[in-house]
Amino acid sequence: MALPFSVAVEKRTEDVPRWMPALTSVGSVVLAFVFSALVLWLIGVNPVQVYSFFLRATFGSWAAFSDTMVKATPLILVGLACTVAFKMKLWNIGAEGQFYMGAFFASLVVLVPLLPTNSPPAVLIPAMALMGMVGGAVWGFFPGVLKARFGVNEIITTLMLNYVAILWNNFWIFDRWSDAGFQMTPTFERNSWLPRLSDYARTYPAFSGITLHLGVIFGILAAIVVWWVMQRSRWGYEIRLIGDNPQAARYAGINIARNIVLVMMFSGALAGLAGMSEISGVVHRLQERISPGYGFTGIIVAWLAKLNPFGVILVSILFGALIVAGREVQPSGIAQLIQGFVLFAVISSDVLLRYKIHIVRGADHTAAVGESA
Amino acid sequence: MSDSPYAVEMSDIVIRFPGVLANDRVNFTLRKGEIHALLGENGAGKSTLMNVLSGLYKPNAGVIKVAGQVVNFNSPRDAIAQGIGMVHQHFMLVPTQTVTENILLGLKEPRFLMNLPRYERKVQAIQEQFGLRVDPKAKIWQISVGEQQRVEILKTLYRGANVLIFDEPTAVLAPQEIYELIATMRALVAQGKSIIFISHKLHEVEAVADRITVLRKGRVTAEGLPMAGRTKRELAQLMVGRDVIFAIKKEPRPPGEVVLEVSNLQATNNKGAPALQGFSLKVRAGEIVGIAGIAGNGQSELAECITGLRVCDGGTVSVDGVELTNQPPLAAILAGVAHIPEDRNRVGSSPNLTITDNVIMKCYRRDPVGNGITIDDHHAEVYARDLKQTYDILAPSVQTLARKLSGGNLQKVILAREITANPKLIVAVQPTRGLDVGAVEAIQQHLLLQRMMGAAILLVSEELEELITLSDRVAVIFDGQIMGVVAAEQADINEIGLMMTGTRLEALRQSAATAHHS
Repeated sequence: MALPFSVAVEKRTEDVPRWMPALTSVGSVVLAFVFSALVLWLIGVNPVQVYSFFLRATFGSWAAFSDTMVKATPLILVGLACTVAFKMKLWNIGAEGQFYMGAFFASLVVLVPLLPTNSPPAVLIPAMALMGMVGGAVWGFFPGVLKARFGVNEIITTLMLNYVAILWNNFWIFDRWSDAGFQMTPTFERNSWLPRLSDYARTYPAFSGITLHLGVIFGILAAIVVWWVMQRSRWGYEIRLIGDNPQAARYAGINIARNIVLVMMFSGALAGLAGMSEISGVVHRLQERISPGYGFTGIIVAWLAKLNPFGVILVSILFGALIVAGREVQPSGIAQLIQGFVLFAVISSDVLLRYKIHIVRGADHTAAVGESA
Repeated sequence: MSDSPYAVEMSDIVIRFPGVLANDRVNFTLRKGEIHALLGENGAGKSTLMNVLSGLYKPNAGVIKVAGQVVNFNSPRDAIAQGIGMVHQHFMLVPTQTVTENILLGLKEPRFLMNLPRYERKVQAIQEQFGLRVDPKAKIWQISVGEQQRVEILKTLYRGANVLIFDEPTAVLAPQEIYELIATMRALVAQGKSIIFISHKLHEVEAVADRITVLRKGRVTAEGLPMAGRTKRELAQLMVGRDVIFAIKKEPRPPGEVVLEVSNLQATNNKGAPALQGFSLKVRAGEIVGIAGIAGNGQSELAECITGLRVCDGGTVSVDGVELTNQPPLAAILAGVAHIPEDRNRVGSSPNLTITDNVIMKCYRRDPVGNGITIDDHHAEVYARDLKQTYDILAPSVQTLARKLSGGNLQKVILAREITANPKLIVAVQPTRGLDVGAVEAIQQHLLLQRMMGAAILLVSEELEELITLSDRVAVIFDGQIMGVVAAEQADINEIGLMMTGTRLEALRQSAATAHHS
């Protein structure tokens, strides 16, 4: 064993520079693509070809980029939902259910109908957004109260409530609101659709076929709101304090039980808004499988973004692109493969933030070897 | 011994952390068979130096020799291979495993089959050699803190340590256990081991050390002085860099109105056993009332009941006429109760938040830091900077995370936060525990200043000396009840000692009276 160098791992004693977390995250995404390329090459595909195809399918044109952003939109909102809860170390695994309940509540506005069916969009859309948030918040409220009052583990309750929400939705679309026996409601009237860029194609021909809808603005606004709440508001300070040290928070006079409920509701509301944005902006009706697991991907998004609201936007775009890419290439597993590599790489890159890694050469190296021998 | 060979020589060690020179060309030598005390205030660089010796940090410059050979440690494993063992202050033991299993943890042997009896015999042999008694088959959770420390020592000996570093080993021990530890250390050096003893309790250093090295702000202020003939005062001066007033001066002050009134308080501890059983006490403005007692007799629960952190089962608490019984912690804060909690890391501060975020914990709801629903960052920062300067908190900036602060500086952050609002009542629990002389003095002075300014202070401490110097009255607690209250200037240590073990003051006085009559 005569390697010309040895690797020494040393715990970091100082804070890492500010740019370091961002750099390691970007670096690990790049690394993930390199590893994926290796796998592609091993199965006999030209990775350069696959990647350039991916790039064209996701960012190659305005239409392609719009598709990517449409997929990124629910991820942004759900990722923010998880970010808010995770900041307080509340493990809300129920964004999926809150998403469905948001979609269901928003649908009530047009399906019951709660407002006259001929209301203008300026009335209907805010009402649906509000109801979507209420629906998600209600679905966050129950686990929140159970946790705050009785100490029930929120991971279990939020996870279980996902299935309840999905089945609840199914009941309505299979039985009550079924459109001619299909598992979906009739298509909503146009006045309840989120405006899309393609709606303006007549005046701006360049927008023709661009399906990007107003939901993406919801996502960006939500990121700003989440950032402001966390960094600037008194409530955000309380959330950060509880997240870091609940005992100190209690000692500082903060009502932890109340905050658990409120944060679960806030988190649920964001996921609910994602549900609303999806039915009002993309599918235009309530139906089965409106979410291909956005609620769970949101957990990953929040982690990869290191719970930074603006990071959530960037990571969501990457994951949105992977979803679009997965739709465009065969086998579609390739996109998931990359997703997996990204996850592993980013999580392992944390080591670099906590440890320094040196390559020891020359005299130092021989000394070290001599000692251990 | 003074001519025995060097076990360790560290020369010109430099360690740089961002913004601080933690070790500035530090020299340190340890002779074979000696106990060498390493003294210094919190943050003086003692732990850093020892982390270099145990392979955790790599020095930016300097040479380390072990038994005359230059060594180069890349990891703690390298240091262990050279016979250097660290007895950590916070034990690194697995509670559900046995003593022997803990000792074997992390070793290459046994490789596959445990064959515990064989290793238990090995552990037993080491125990006999050094007189470290502890049952090798006992589980860690079953044994006392003193025994757990012996397991830590055994761990290093099992790995063949010749140089043992004891990092503030007495901080967690009861007085009896301290005597046993000192005996153990003597036995170890008698068998040729060498010991580095880190402490800032001067009387312990006086009792065990052969030589001392003192560090201040990363520099050596005294290198390898023989201990014989040094006075405590001299050592304190070397540590702090100025004369330390051991006898704190307390101005007389007539107490004012009753501020804290606790009557017939009942509460249980975390295990559900009764902790307070009809506890009553009054503390007046401008008065310090000390609570003396052996740990675990209801002191912590008393402080928690007053500050709203614990539910009481009976009795009442009021502060300045405001009823606080079973009110949330916020009610106590708003009533002007400041609380210096017993556990500064887990209760008193938030480790991953900045100094600024830590000092606004109690005032973020009010102007000027709290501004409607937002927090005024600018004011918060100015406020924090102001406190940092006033209370002499040593840190690179107010953006420094609380967990990076030394114990003394963290305690100053807590003290600054708690007393700047001019509280009516200060509940201080062990405010100086584990701090160095300089910090202890600063904290005590601040408490006395608050007394002069008219705060009522309830001081819980296990240091009798501190209680008697600072307090106006000393109340002794035993089993959740008051055994007696005495004026501090008439306090008799023996009397207090007897009350601490459960004799009531009346009973004492009575027996004294009968003895006098007969």
